[in-house]
Amino acid sequence: MQKILIVDDEPNIVMSLEYVFSKENFEVYIARDGSEAIEIAKLKIPDIILLDIMMPNVDGYQVLKFLKENDNLKNIKVIFLSAKNKLSDIELGLKLGADKYISKPFSTKKLVKEVKSLLK
Amino acid sequence: MSSFLVIFIIIVYLSAIFYVAYWAEKNSKSKWVNNPYVYALSLAVYCTAWTYYGSVGLAATSGLKFLTIYLGPVIIIPSWIILMRKIIKISKGNKISSLADFISLRYGNDRFLGALVTLVCVLAIVPYISLQLKAISETFNVITNHKITSNYIIFDTTFYIAILLAIFAAFFGTQHTDATERHKGIITAVALESIIKLVFFLVIGVYVTFYLFNGPTDIYNQASILPNFKVQHTIGGLEGGFNWFFLSLLSMIAIMLLPRQFQVTVVENEREKYLSKVTWLFPLYLLLFNIFVIFIAWGGNVFFKGQQVDADLFTLMLPLINGHEILALLVFLGGFSAAISMVVISTLSLSTMLSNNLIIPYGFLNKFSRGESKKNTVSIKIIRRISIFSLIILAYFFYKSFTLDRTLVSIGLISFVLIAQLAPSFFGGLFWRRGSARGAKYGLIVGVIITVYTLVIPFTIDSQLISSSFINEGLFGIGILKPDQLFGIQFLEPVPHAFFWSLFFNIFTYTIYSVSIVGNYRERNFAEMFVDSSKYALLHEDAYIWKGKAYVKDIRKVLTRFLGERRTERALNLFYMKYNINKNTQLADARLVNFSEKLLTGSIGSASSRILISSVVKEEEISLPEVLKILDETQKAKESNKELKEKDKQKDEFLDAVAHELKTPITSIRALSEILLDNKDIEFETKTKFLNSIVGESDRVSRLINNILDLEKLATGKEKLELNNNFIKNTIFKSIDSVAQLAVKKDIKINYEGLNDAELFYDEDRIQQVLINMLSNAIKFSQEKNGVVSVFTYVNKKTVEVSVEDNGKGIGEDELALIFDKFYQSKNQNILKPKGSGLGLAISKQIIESHNGKIWAQNIKPHGARITFTLPINLN
Repeated sequence: MQKILIVDDEPNIVMSLEYVFSKENFEVYIARDGSEAIEIAKLKIPDIILLDIMMPNVDGYQVLKFLKENDNLKNIKVIFLSAKNKLSDIELGLKLGADKYISKPFSTKKLVKEVKSLLK
Repeated sequence: MSSFLVIFIIIVYLSAIFYVAYWAEKNSKSKWVNNPYVYALSLAVYCTAWTYYGSVGLAATSGLKFLTIYLGPVIIIPSWIILMRKIIKISKGNKISSLADFISLRYGNDRFLGALVTLVCVLAIVPYISLQLKAISETFNVITNHKITSNYIIFDTTFYIAILLAIFAAFFGTQHTDATERHKGIITAVALESIIKLVFFLVIGVYVTFYLFNGPTDIYNQASILPNFKVQHTIGGLEGGFNWFFLSLLSMIAIMLLPRQFQVTVVENEREKYLSKVTWLFPLYLLLFNIFVIFIAWGGNVFFKGQQVDADLFTLMLPLINGHEILALLVFLGGFSAAISMVVISTLSLSTMLSNNLIIPYGFLNKFSRGESKKNTVSIKIIRRISIFSLIILAYFFYKSFTLDRTLVSIGLISFVLIAQLAPSFFGGLFWRRGSARGAKYGLIVGVIITVYTLVIPFTIDSQLISSSFINEGLFGIGILKPDQLFGIQFLEPVPHAFFWSLFFNIFTYTIYSVSIVGNYRERNFAEMFVDSSKYALLHEDAYIWKGKAYVKDIRKVLTRFLGERRTERALNLFYMKYNINKNTQLADARLVNFSEKLLTGSIGSASSRILISSVVKEEEISLPEVLKILDETQKAKESNKELKEKDKQKDEFLDAVAHELKTPITSIRALSEILLDNKDIEFETKTKFLNSIVGESDRVSRLINNILDLEKLATGKEKLELNNNFIKNTIFKSIDSVAQLAVKKDIKINYEGLNDAELFYDEDRIQQVLINMLSNAIKFSQEKNGVVSVFTYVNKKTVEVSVEDNGKGIGEDELALIFDKFYQSKNQNILKPKGSGLGLAISKQIIESHNGKIWAQNIKPHGARITFTLPINLN
């Protein structure tokens, strides 16, 4: 079973994503901020991470940077999920090494498709 | 040393310098060419052959006085960070290419004044250039052991060197027609030569001090037994002090106003920030240059005791007599570099002035206004090249025909005093609005006449060894008119004496004319721009007031004659873009007139460009008060424009934040609804949970929208406060009632024992809104178990203070001021609790401030946060 880590500080967004990916037979992990995300990533080494950017304390950019600097974690696929949708934000996200940048609000069906195609 | 060898070395040396200049011109973008060090070193063109030989000569005969020439610059240079920055800003903003242009533009583009400044500069600098040629020739003779210079020019090496220098200056100095373009090649070569002359001088200094003698103490001991030693190591009492003072002041002016210094410091300046390097590097350079002067001088005095050796040549003679020919050659080359740097930069700057401020405005305007661009450009370049050659040849013949049997220093100082006559109009123009063109002209003329009378004539007569009664007895035998003791002042030496009186009458005339006669509007317009340069720099073309009628077509025609079709087109396009003007506009406005004048200024000087442009436009007179009024208005309009832009930016940021905040609940709603839509078979419990969340998030959206509207209304003052007499205790109780249920649910106690009452004038609904927000925040952040929220009031004389505190974790110290910002969410929020809109405290702040109160946050001990607001008791 493939492992997915959902990182967001909005409980309802987390709830919906958890439902969707459990139904797609993923093993779902949840983190509510950046530092929690790093802890879980180190422990569980998920296949893919859905990462919010604007979070208290450690933000999404910092999480991604940590992953890329770590040999064990740098191959984990990362999708940014963010309400920031200016071109400069997207460019920055992809430059840092995210595999995909999806702006909020998003369609859950499309998101599932993207996740599956990245994990192929 | 054989003269052929020396000539060969000179040729090799000159080729190397030419090559460096050529390379720098080709690689003008290289970091070797563009850096503050090259800039600072190029300023050392101040140190000429005079520094190399003359300082030593002066130190050997009259002691420490040579230091004043370097003391002045060292004192004034730190102020450049402000003063020179201002000068550079003005010059760049107005495309000024020389000192004459600077002064003539400041006084309303005055053609005559520009020409006058040019003439004074030529008068002052040509003898100075000939002095450099003399130094080259004399030292050449010494090192090749020639006793006499040939009287035939064809056999005179110096003549060929002068011609080579003219070719160098003409080739690298006239690459561009626009004289404000920087001459990278020449400047880089000069910077390199500055290193060469310093290093070689230090080498000879060390050689004399530590090789010929056993260190400074040894030289001192030996020199101190010589007669005349006292003069050589003291200032010379109070009288000497006055002389020192005026000489330092003189060199302070010289370092800024010598044409070559203005050229390297202002015209060749690439970036303003390079100045900060100059403020320490250049004084350091001067210090290094002067360390050994006194030792070489004393050493020479000891060594050549009782012999007839020219003290100016000590530097060269010491190694030569001791058989160290290579060292002597180094000294020669060092002095040679110092001389040629000065000659090249001086002729370059003088030729720009000659062409742009004298020849073109007085002779070629008609021809240019009919010629086509290619021809005109060639003509301008030819005028400059001819100027360069004429100047150098003039200097050569000056040196040839006057047997300048004087020490190097005296001629240099005479030219300093002449140049100092520009100081009143230059500095007056920078800092005094009333300074007028007429004052500048008459002041300058008077100053020059006095200098000629008190210094130039006695000097010339003296050097021709003609004794004259008027020097000894005064003009017409009147004692107080003695040229070197004007009005009976006896304690000043000739140079400080002439400097003092000439500048005295110069300033006096300048001031009297400026105060008594008001200049025209044009003059005054430029006066405002120069004096308040920082204020008007932002206005660019708007800072110039012009009224009249002009057609773009005509102006374009004039521009094309000098810049050619392509450059004119490009410049105008840039102009249209900058001011957002339609390209097909027929009538020109003040900005275009000013812009075009500036475009031409670099090529033909400000006075000519003004004459050319005004020949195609119909100008109306404006009164002085009108000019000042319009200037003031433009300035204010610009400022309010800036404020608007700032507000615009804040609004953009706010909208960005709003969009982000709205998207978050919408994301949840969208995702949850999609799931419900796609999964018909979803369990009832999950379905209910999802639907509840959707309702909650929808509420959040509407709450957010209400808050934003609320905030907007309060901020713009659209909503009037309903002010009434109320009792604060009553309002607080009402607010506590509204949150009581929430508190009970969370098991949090609300403590209101510390309430004092007061009657106040406020909008009760709004204050209640603030209190509810504060209370619910406190409930949210209180300790999970045994949570306590306390409300209390203090009634002071003028205000009532209301505080709400919790016993939670408190607020991060760095966040205390930020929490009142829109959309600021505290880092310490427990994310499992529902988030607020991030606007509550921003709204509260707005409400309290519209009541003329204050609101702030602080942490309390042992733990918890307190928000306090005040309301004034007498609300006006």
